[in-house]
Amino acid sequence: MKKIEDILGHYRAGSHESLIPILQDIQAEEGYLSENAIVQIGRFLEMSTTKIYGLATFYDRFRFIPCGKVHLRICDGTTCFINGSEAVINAIRENLGIEPGQTTRDGKFSYELTSCMGGCNEGPVINVGDNYHNHVKPEDIPELITKLKVLADLK
Amino acid sequence: MKGEKSNELMTFLVEEVLRYGSDTLPAATEKRLSEIRREKPSVPVIYISSGSAAIIAGSEKSAEAADLYLKEMGINGLIVRTGGHGPAVFEPIFSVQLPGKNRLVFRNITEDKVEATLNGVFHNDMPDEDLVAQSGSTGFEAWHGIPFIEDIPFFKFQKRVVLENFGFYDPESIEEYIARGGYRSFLKTIRNYTHEEVCDIVERSGLRGRSGGGFTTGLKWKYALNSASDNRYLICNAKESDPGSYCDRSVLEGDPHRLIEGICIASYAIGASNAVIFLKTGSPHPYTRLKNALDAAREYGVIGHNILSSGFNLDIIIREEAGAFVCGEETALIGSLEGKRGMPELKPPYPTSDGLYGKPTVINNVETLMNVPLIMARGPEWFRTMGTSNSKGTKLFSLGGRGRYTGLIEVEMGTTFRTIVEGISDGIRDGRAFKALQIGGPSGTFITDKNLDLTVDFDALKEQGIAMGSGGLIIIDETTCMVDFVRFYMDFIHKESCGKCIPCREGTGRMLEILENIIRKPHNEDSNATLERFKGVMQLEVIASVMKDTSLCGLGQTAPNPFISALSNFREEFEEHIFDRRCRANVCRGLRTFSIDVDKCTGCTICASKCPVNAIYGTRLQPFFIVDDKCIGCGICKDVCKFSAVTVR
Amino acid sequence: MQFTIEVNNKSIKAEKGETILSALNRNGIIIPTLCRMQEFTPTGACRMCVVEVEGRDRLVTACSALVEEWMKIQTHSPRVIRARKTIVELLLSNHPDDCLYCDRNLDCELQKLSDQMQVRERRIHGSKIKPRRDQSSPSIVRELSKCILCGRCIRVCEEVVTATSIDFINRGRATHVGPAMDRDFNFSSCIHCGQCVLVCPTGALHEKHYLSEVQEQLSKNDVTRVIQYSPLVPYALAEELGVKYHRDFDRLLNAALRKAGFEKVFLSGAGTDILITELTDEVLSVKRAKTNKPLIISACPAWVKYCEQFFPDILPMLSTLKTPQQITGAIIKSVVPAGGDKSRVYTVSVTPCTAMKFEARRDSMTRKGISDIDTVLTVRELARLIILYGIDITNIDPEPADEPMSLRSSSALLAETAGGMTEAVLRSILNRAGGKENDKQAIKKLRAGSPFREATLAIGGIDYSVAIVDGLKGVEKLMQMLGSGASYDLIEVMACPGGCVNGGGMVPAGSREAVRQRSRFVFQSDEQEAVRGPEHSASVAELNDKVFKQCEELSDKKLFHTHFAKRDVLL
Ligand SMILES: Cc1cc2nc3c(=O)[nH]c(=O)nc-3n(C[C@H](O)[C@H](O)[C@H](O)COP(=O)(O)O)c2cc1C
Ligand code: SF4
Ligand code: SF4
Ligand code: SF4
Ligand code: SF4
Ligand code: SF4
Ligand code: SF4
Ligand code: SF4
Ligand code: SF4
Ligand code: FES
Ligand code: FES
Ligand code: FES
Repeated sequence: MKKIEDILGHYRAGSHESLIPILQDIQAEEGYLSENAIVQIGRFLEMSTTKIYGLATFYDRFRFIPCGKVHLRICDGTTCFINGSEAVINAIRENLGIEPGQTTRDGKFSYELTSCMGGCNEGPVINVGDNYHNHVKPEDIPELITKLKVLADLK
Repeated sequence: MKGEKSNELMTFLVEEVLRYGSDTLPAATEKRLSEIRREKPSVPVIYISSGSAAIIAGSEKSAEAADLYLKEMGINGLIVRTGGHGPAVFEPIFSVQLPGKNRLVFRNITEDKVEATLNGVFHNDMPDEDLVAQSGSTGFEAWHGIPFIEDIPFFKFQKRVVLENFGFYDPESIEEYIARGGYRSFLKTIRNYTHEEVCDIVERSGLRGRSGGGFTTGLKWKYALNSASDNRYLICNAKESDPGSYCDRSVLEGDPHRLIEGICIASYAIGASNAVIFLKTGSPHPYTRLKNALDAAREYGVIGHNILSSGFNLDIIIREEAGAFVCGEETALIGSLEGKRGMPELKPPYPTSDGLYGKPTVINNVETLMNVPLIMARGPEWFRTMGTSNSKGTKLFSLGGRGRYTGLIEVEMGTTFRTIVEGISDGIRDGRAFKALQIGGPSGTFITDKNLDLTVDFDALKEQGIAMGSGGLIIIDETTCMVDFVRFYMDFIHKESCGKCIPCREGTGRMLEILENIIRKPHNEDSNATLERFKGVMQLEVIASVMKDTSLCGLGQTAPNPFISALSNFREEFEEHIFDRRCRANVCRGLRTFSIDVDKCTGCTICASKCPVNAIYGTRLQPFFIVDDKCIGCGICKDVCKFSAVTVR
Repeated sequence: MQFTIEVNNKSIKAEKGETILSALNRNGIIIPTLCRMQEFTPTGACRMCVVEVEGRDRLVTACSALVEEWMKIQTHSPRVIRARKTIVELLLSNHPDDCLYCDRNLDCELQKLSDQMQVRERRIHGSKIKPRRDQSSPSIVRELSKCILCGRCIRVCEEVVTATSIDFINRGRATHVGPAMDRDFNFSSCIHCGQCVLVCPTGALHEKHYLSEVQEQLSKNDVTRVIQYSPLVPYALAEELGVKYHRDFDRLLNAALRKAGFEKVFLSGAGTDILITELTDEVLSVKRAKTNKPLIISACPAWVKYCEQFFPDILPMLSTLKTPQQITGAIIKSVVPAGGDKSRVYTVSVTPCTAMKFEARRDSMTRKGISDIDTVLTVRELARLIILYGIDITNIDPEPADEPMSLRSSSALLAETAGGMTEAVLRSILNRAGGKENDKQAIKKLRAGSPFREATLAIGGIDYSVAIVDGLKGVEKLMQMLGSGASYDLIEVMACPGGCVNGGGMVPAGSREAVRQRSRFVFQSDEQEAVRGPEHSASVAELNDKVFKQCEELSDKKLFHTHFAKRDVLL
């Protein structure tokens, strides 16, 4: 609550055009947009939560459940597709048993699809934190996830 | 970093360079600038490209290794991180300049190779496998037997104007930018020209919008300038929606100050005192570069209040978009900035009369704005010397896919696509056959061998029904299935449709479903299914034409393009999928049949243990077999079998 | 400025600044539309209204494009017809095709378009939208699979109702319409006004039906069934049934309801008269006490919920009097059982209002778990009931309603328009003061169409200043006025623009003009009817003089009052 108030403090009350930056800031801080946050923003901007939620769900970047401890960003850009990203995405989907935007039950993993990350030549590219995994193949996925699980357990 | 010394430097650059009244600077000033440009370095300089492509390829680790190397060896040298050089296949790229000598460009210097490479340079024992070329100018000693960078195919056919600074300077350094002439054309502009005159000059240069539409930039500015209002806005569209394009991103990373200068001039031209850079989300590197650059520009007083005493005020802010393709569209973009769902709105009114917060607004693409400082510095006539009769200047592309050399390229308008594919890219990787060049991303088309001689030219392309697009250019070889590729785009577009209008929202959905149906696995199929598939394609053509005809915004209007283009160029591939249930590229999972060759199989059980759906049965050390009904065609068994016993048809 | 444009190779006159659609409509050409709403700025979402304009690459939406002098238009060329038909087919391709089971069967814009476009074959196959039905609200049902995302409901809820309870959620293929956090309706700020239902072109939004409940009750032997209807219902029913309304229609309805199986038929208007009487008392007593405390009418349940959600601070200003429906219901449940088992009396109320369905469920509207009103029906449901039971309302003998609530004054009917209740109270004050005619000018002001209006009337040397909020868009102004110290003796807020004549349970009027037409009918009837105020109504006299005195529960009139409290919903 406090953190949200701090973030709101950087903006002008009632300024609807700040909505997206506010949502971005809050998500950067909390990892997702809670109902609580949305209600607070609504009061601050004098905006209906209906509108805030309607807006937030329009954009891919906003999530309404917390991220996993390890969050993967998988390139779904064209070149990565040509290089076989779809099989990789399927392998991740099958391995984790969740869809993009969801979080595993144990809270360890979540993933999202992005458009080109600018590393086409290295595709398919997976980004985890500051690390990039390049030329990923579907058969690499089980091993990668096992490795990342260790990382998640440490967090 | 901003200590005494840099304050002195700042004063020098602002007072003696930027504010200096004439174009020609005093010799002493020039000399100092030349030092800042490192024109004649007295110590070795290692330039390491550090755009996104390089970073993903590991350039940061390499840079750290290089730093360590210099320290350990006790070499007094300089490491400069530059924007991407262009050829992404070469990343991480090192180029090393020893005092008095030409620069040496090395490819793929990953962390593990740093030591060997630098050892080679400093001990004159070149590892020639990674050495690409040398680059230099008069006054430097050339290396013997090493080709010049201008002569290697990737660069030979390019004309680098927008990219001229790339790989040479530190994009984080406003000092270097100013030392290279930066911000002086902006200063010249506000001092010497009225708003109208700037619009006029840019119109005369023939510059057209690089986002694909090719609208004459100067004219657009005039519309906004002539809309009566107390306030106007300039928006730099750095959304880069195309999922396979990274031009804008590279430009932002490689030369942020040039973009800022372009924005400054454009804002002045239309009388805007506020500008917004609408930046693609999830781009941490471009964001930080741009933010630092803006901070520096503010510190130097080239943006802000009463810029260098000219009376002109300009504030530039960055707004990160929130992840929706359609927000690249102008009205959706504006809506999004105003805090709304990014749904396109009816035009007219156009943004130039009724844009952001109801004020006249100009929206320009990154590349468009990158050209502006040069036009102001070198004059419209200079710009007109490049290109064709109606398309002037150069065009950036992010060349990707199966070409041998891929990366960010810049060609003069009028260059043929054959030059790009066969020259710059030097053909196809692994000796495969060229199939098509995809231009313009999910709203674009395919260029096949028969029209590879078309030129990069707005009008020439339009005549052929081809959209220039914003810079995505993807080389496809025979390993790509056209049906599958079109399905990928349709899936993307359907996800990205804002959902407002029926033809686009439902049309993309139906097209996607029909395409999915074509490549679906033919489980227990009755004869009717083939007919349905065929009827599906018949409907596709009607849906496509109605979408083009009636959709509200460019997204829906162009969404059918890849399909229409693929169907007309690769009809036989569609027919094979539909009637023969065969995918010649062996891509479509659903149409692949895997089987195990009993003669080769040793019964090692590996495949059975890896198959995700347990479709493989057998007894240890006996030949295994695949139950076709269960198999999902993933191909893992084929990849893991050490005895090449698994075959695919 | 007028000029001519060429349409289908003939010249027609067009007005500068008007849309192509308006020019075409005035010249006898009909273009199908789907997302358009009169009096709203066009969004251009549906693309149904496309026409061909020479010189334009693509088709142009007639609802939004303005006419220009050079235009040459084709409105029904093969290209245009193909486009429109394909759009309808696209909509149908993933539509549930539930027409036979659908609330809007035979009255659905999509169905009509599909017929008009001669869709006779399913050429485009799509995977069906997954059915999702939100029945959580006592008033409004959402059937998401039938929604064509025209956005009309969203705009009405935001721009007219100002509750902003629904919006588009998600994007592209996942887009749907719903309340905040994609919750069900009962958690939302929806005030049940039903304005969205009126504009929905399909069966995606409709009132919650209670007809089967009514049927069940009608088939029981041990229950006394009582029905009451609001003053406007007979007129609205005639409209819904497509028969001509005449002065005896109310009495035909009484007969019809009895035929359907109701033992007793009462007029909610009698309750309205009681409300007017009580309200008048309150106004006068406040006036006498000189506290300057404004009294806000609470007769519109949608407004009450709105106030509980958005302006809990002013709740103390609300009159605690119940709505006419509930006052009538309280009387019925007290009187009809005659000391017997209340639960054996089943009460139905027919209203032009969807919010009343919600209101009847409020805690304070029940006694020991037994509701004063068991079921609320809209006019549309009533029509269905009459049709179901095979009653030819044009061909039966008129009958009076039941005592003690068989009559109503014309003031009660007047209260179905926005401002009518205020006018009725002022008339009562005048009547009691022995005056003759109210100030015509001031009355005209009260009846004018703007969302916020105020007037001051002098009666018996005393000034009464009143404010009327006609549609919730006027609340903002009201709050401004209150904030800046304006004082009123009486404030009326009606959620539906125009009042209950435009209620969510009515036949959709389609335009402001049609609503005004209904108000004009009310004003005319008011002029023509003999009993114009509760003071002259025999039923009011009977109730006050006999019924209330004899009935213990009613004697202190406490049952006519309720209470309000801040409401916690996602705003
Ligand atoms: C669906 C859609 C997506 C677009 N995406 C982009 C984009 O990512 N970047 C861009 O510069 N322009 C994009 N545009 C074009 C812009 O709306 C606008 O025309 C452009 O920024 C104008 O710049 P220019 O005149 O400099 O070319 C898009 C248009 C549409 C219809
Ligand atoms: S064409 Fe597509 S993206 Fe554009 S407004 Fe229509 S639905 Fe939205
Ligand atoms: S292709 Fe995949 S699913 Fe089929 S048998 Fe091989 S491993 Fe199993
Ligand atoms: S992996 Fe190859 S050799 Fe081993 S069981 Fe499978 S098919 Fe046979
Ligand atoms: S909404 Fe209309 S088209 Fe859809 S099922 Fe109901 S009546 Fe049929
Ligand atoms: S309209 Fe046709 S489909 Fe519907 S009930 Fe009648 S016959 Fe059956
Ligand atoms: S009933 Fe009224 S408040 Fe509720 S969603 Fe519909 S229009 Fe909005
Ligand atoms: S619910 Fe009805 S009015 Fe609302 S968008 Fe859907 S179809 Fe349109
Ligand atoms: S104005 Fe009338 S119909 Fe509308 S909500 Fe209020 S009481 Fe109901
Ligand atoms: S497409 Fe994946 S990094 Fe470019
Ligand atoms: S064409 Fe589909 S995979 Fe071949
Ligand atoms: S009625 Fe014109 S676009 Fe919907």
